[in-house]
Amino acid sequence: MAVNRREFIKIAGLSAALGLGGKAAFDLVLPGQVDAAQMSRPPQALQGSHWAMVVDLKKFKSEADAMALQEICHQAHNVPTIPGKQEIKWIWPTKFEHAFTHLENRQIPPDILETPVLVLCNHCENPPCVRVCPTKATFKRESDGIVIMDMHRCIGCRFCMAACPYGARSFNFADPRNYFKDGKLPNPDYPTRTKGVVEKCNFCAERLAVGKLPACVEAAKDGQLIFGDLNDPRSEVRKTLRTNYSIRRKPDLGTQPSVYYLV
Amino acid sequence: MLEKAITGSKNYWGWLAFLLAVIIAGVLAYLVQYNKGLMITGMSRDVSWGFYIAQFTFLVGVAASAVMLVLPFYLHNYKDFGRITIMGEFLAISAVTMCLLFIIVDLGKPMRALNMILHPTPNSILFWDMIVLNGYLAINLVVGWVVLSSERKQLPPPGWIKPIIYLSIPWAVSIHTVTAFLYCGLPGRGFWLTAILAPRFLASAFASGPSVLILLSLLVRKLTKFDPGKEAIQSLAKIVTYAIILNLFFLSLEFFTVFYSQIPSHMTHLQYLFAGYHGYGALVPFMWASMICGLLAIALLINPRTRKKEPVLGVAAVLVFICTWIDKGMGMISGGFVPNPLHEITEYSPTPLELTITVGVYAVGIFILTILYKVAVGVKEEIGDFKPGDVAPSH
Ligand code: SF4
Ligand code: SF4
Ligand code: SF4
Repeated sequence: MAVNRREFIKIAGLSAALGLGGKAAFDLVLPGQVDAAQMSRPPQALQGSHWAMVVDLKKFKSEADAMALQEICHQAHNVPTIPGKQEIKWIWPTKFEHAFTHLENRQIPPDILETPVLVLCNHCENPPCVRVCPTKATFKRESDGIVIMDMHRCIGCRFCMAACPYGARSFNFADPRNYFKDGKLPNPDYPTRTKGVVEKCNFCAERLAVGKLPACVEAAKDGQLIFGDLNDPRSEVRKTLRTNYSIRRKPDLGTQPSVYYLV
Repeated sequence: MLEKAITGSKNYWGWLAFLLAVIIAGVLAYLVQYNKGLMITGMSRDVSWGFYIAQFTFLVGVAASAVMLVLPFYLHNYKDFGRITIMGEFLAISAVTMCLLFIIVDLGKPMRALNMILHPTPNSILFWDMIVLNGYLAINLVVGWVVLSSERKQLPPPGWIKPIIYLSIPWAVSIHTVTAFLYCGLPGRGFWLTAILAPRFLASAFASGPSVLILLSLLVRKLTKFDPGKEAIQSLAKIVTYAIILNLFFLSLEFFTVFYSQIPSHMTHLQYLFAGYHGYGALVPFMWASMICGLLAIALLINPRTRKKEPVLGVAAVLVFICTWIDKGMGMISGGFVPNPLHEITEYSPTPLELTITVGVYAVGIFILTILYKVAVGVKEEIGDFKPGDVAPSH
């Protein structure tokens, strides 16, 4: 539901008055990144009907750039660091050839081949993980297109991991709480998971609900990551995608990823 | 009839005690897994299904094979199978039970398994697999028990059971078709993404299941007074012959499509399994062993002179079992996960605890099978059905 500018200012003022924090309000008026005109109730939540992300590969200079964003995400969501092949990761850098297996091309300039590519859940419009889940523990939120999980319903069958063509999902092979130093959570405001359930990037649904951009987007420098509503022609993501050639991972599978890459 | 299971020789009780010991070892290993999580297995982020799901897949095939006795007898009035359809049905009961147990031990949250029923999700193939497997278990329990009870009373089975018996025929096909659908409908897993997967599963099922039945028949004849009959065993052998040939033929179709089209996302898995990929090839010797066993078995089965010699037939049945077990119980699942969707390689091998749990589940199945066969053979002996022709078929 679109509201006009005056109403938006009223809402922003109200949410500030309600103690929702200058930060949240500030995020809202960040020009372009989230379109202010899309505001509606609940007042503090960011409004969008199809959240999407643009990853600008040109803005990543080194692997460290990308790892910093992973660190931010994993801290914000209490993702444990587990050594070895049973690791859990929501977002991570990989090489171009691994991220874009369908774009096999040896003549791609070496700097692109070496650029770290951040990969994460694509929040597919047509998500195979949702199709296969036998309990609806993984579902697509109709209101904003986020593919999200109910950790209390997941039975840990891992069908969704077999179905995801992007390797975006991780399973809690062990109790994740054992991997935090002295049991201290990096972010006490975010729940931990139990052993035996699957997890993945949730597009920071918990932050969107209180008017904040995703943690990785907020921490990204200089437009490395752009987040916004794909259904809003005036959003920053749409503007960016209108003026830049973008690619997606494995578009031939018909999953319709909501994460776009600029090369 | 169950009382027949509680009288038996020393060997019978010794065998059950042995199985019980193996089951207890499996339960203890499972308790460790239950407490620590699936971290005690060799599975990983990349190979997220392992030995459990592979055994499940293999055993669905063994279960489905009961239809190979039921169909010729009930639809074609093939009398030789009439005396032993019960063996197929009881094998199916034990195999489906193992399938369900393998699913349960594979779950990260087994206590929540009922969520599949509380939140039924028809778009999930796992939902349908649960329905067809449980349905198949119920059908075989009812049919096996009712038909055997009538046989004991030497009466024809009640009329109402006939439709259920006929239903069991397509139902058997459905359990393995739906199980193939678990895999072959996933985008981005080139190894499984092939319409021939369900036919391949069925062909390997109708090879492995009847070869198990041949071995069980030979065993039953040796251990008890009941003789399943030379003719019946030879007919099973013919079924195995056709099925194992079809199985390898279907596999060669897969090979042709994959390697002639040269599409990497389909090719890499078969390369990994049969030749090794980027220096990784843990399964290569096994896959070739499977091929060699399959071909040797065909050589022994296709020639009537060797097929008709029962000891040779026994060897061929073992070879078919090894061939299909490696193919499905080892290669089929890990092969689909290596390389992963990002074309990275993580290999899989089961841990000792994982193997202990696996063996434990098999022991449960064999325990059930032993008891059911004891009952069935007890009834046969009671009514004086020792060899073909002793008792006029009542149904
Ligand atoms: S990327 Fe994978 S986990 Fe995310 S929505 Fe798509 S299929 Fe599901
Ligand atoms: S592991 Fe959980 S989320 Fe994934 S398919 Fe199974 S129940 Fe659904
Ligand atoms: S959107 Fe949120 S959950 Fe997803 S990768 Fe970024 S920080 Fe992590």
